[in-house]
Amino acid sequence: MKQEKREIVIPSQLLGEIKNKKAGRGTFVENGKIYAEILGILNTNSDYINVIPLKGRYDPIEKDFVIGIVEEAMASSWLVDINAAYPALLHVNEVPWDVEFGETERYLNHGDSIMAKVLQVDQEKKLQITLKDRNLYKIKGGQIINVEPSKVPRIIGKKGSMISLLKKYTKCRIFVGQNGRIWIDGDDDGVKKVIDTIKMIEDEALSYGLTNKIEDLLKKDAKDVH
Amino acid sequence: MDADIKLFENGKRLDGRKPDELRKIKIEAGVLHRAEGSCYLEWGGNKVIAAVYGPREAIPRHTQNPLRAIVNAKYNMAAFSVDERKRPGPDRRSREISKVISEALENIILVEKYPRASIDVNIEVLNAEAGTRCAGLTAAAVALVDAGIPMRDIPVACAAGKIEDQVVLDLGKDEDNYGTADLPVAIAPRTGEILLLQMDGHLTLEEFDKALDLAIKGCHIISDIQKKAIMEKYQSVSEGK
Repeated sequence: MKQEKREIVIPSQLLGEIKNKKAGRGTFVENGKIYAEILGILNTNSDYINVIPLKGRYDPIEKDFVIGIVEEAMASSWLVDINAAYPALLHVNEVPWDVEFGETERYLNHGDSIMAKVLQVDQEKKLQITLKDRNLYKIKGGQIINVEPSKVPRIIGKKGSMISLLKKYTKCRIFVGQNGRIWIDGDDDGVKKVIDTIKMIEDEALSYGLTNKIEDLLKKDAKDVH
Repeated sequence: MDADIKLFENGKRLDGRKPDELRKIKIEAGVLHRAEGSCYLEWGGNKVIAAVYGPREAIPRHTQNPLRAIVNAKYNMAAFSVDERKRPGPDRRSREISKVISEALENIILVEKYPRASIDVNIEVLNAEAGTRCAGLTAAAVALVDAGIPMRDIPVACAAGKIEDQVVLDLGKDEDNYGTADLPVAIAPRTGEILLLQMDGHLTLEEFDKALDLAIKGCHIISDIQKKAIMEKYQSVSEGK
């Protein structure tokens, strides 16, 4: 599984032939040849050639958990910014409250933050989100930081290893949205530590054995405090 | 055509270049924090910054296309970019350049991926010394890659021209002002497709072919510099710090 080096590819770079491998995400095919379409890291572990983006907007996928900021309250719905190319629609039927027509502003207003789930992405890339799932609600307190959406998998870690590590050592409540927004709540020192650590993870997202490295660091810090 | 100025001497040009030699080019990717992608480029005396915003919802709404994204390139020359102060704001020339650059980029970005969106490219010329549209397009291409926008190719532009009956590559300021022809060309280097082709002045058919070949050759050289600039930026990121 382990590659020696993570190879960075740029658009129009030739990656392989369609005869040998299948063209996966972040690639396009022309005359039987596979090329990269975005700046990213090459991944050829499976049958597919994938390019994992290094930068760019969040590309919404159904059932993703995201953090949104309400942009506008309309008569029977809200427009929510989820860091994608388009604002997402949150309909009154998709919230846990009983909202009267025209009274949306009483529940969510411009500037409010919510944890939400992507409900639907259609062909025209019209987005719908929902609050009807467990643990989804309006955010009160804490703070939100932004990271590059492509780095979110590293911050969560394998099966959530990295994030549980952070929770364990800092005693903060953390919610990582797939769209690159992270909500943190806890005491000031803990929050600061989480932010610093996440910054570090983001900077070194491409190195190996990062989870262990972070654990050592957090352990050492924890000892210093006591 | 000023008789006082000699553009050629002993086979060398005014600035000592050979006929098929480019000016010095320096490209740096990702220089702005608030833009999704950006690039700073120095090409001889040209200094250009390009910034990319989006894809985001196209505003005003009637400009949206339900099937594809629109590309909005905006070329602007700073008032202090030329010797004589330029009156700020868009004029006929910069609107034309904005249009041709938008169209060149539209053909290379995978616009079908972002229906209803717009991709905004701002090209700011800080110092001008002939060939700013080529410099602008070249910088915009790097900024687009830096923004993580899906593209078929990384476009690149370069000009050729004619001075004193000689076809030369990449005109300098005096060569542009006193020469006979200027031919900016933008290509997609992987396929060799031509994305932009304009001509100012007079060329015979043979001269035109020669100038086009020369410009395309120049494009390929610049394309390598572009790719190196992007790699440099991200290689260093991946090595942690």
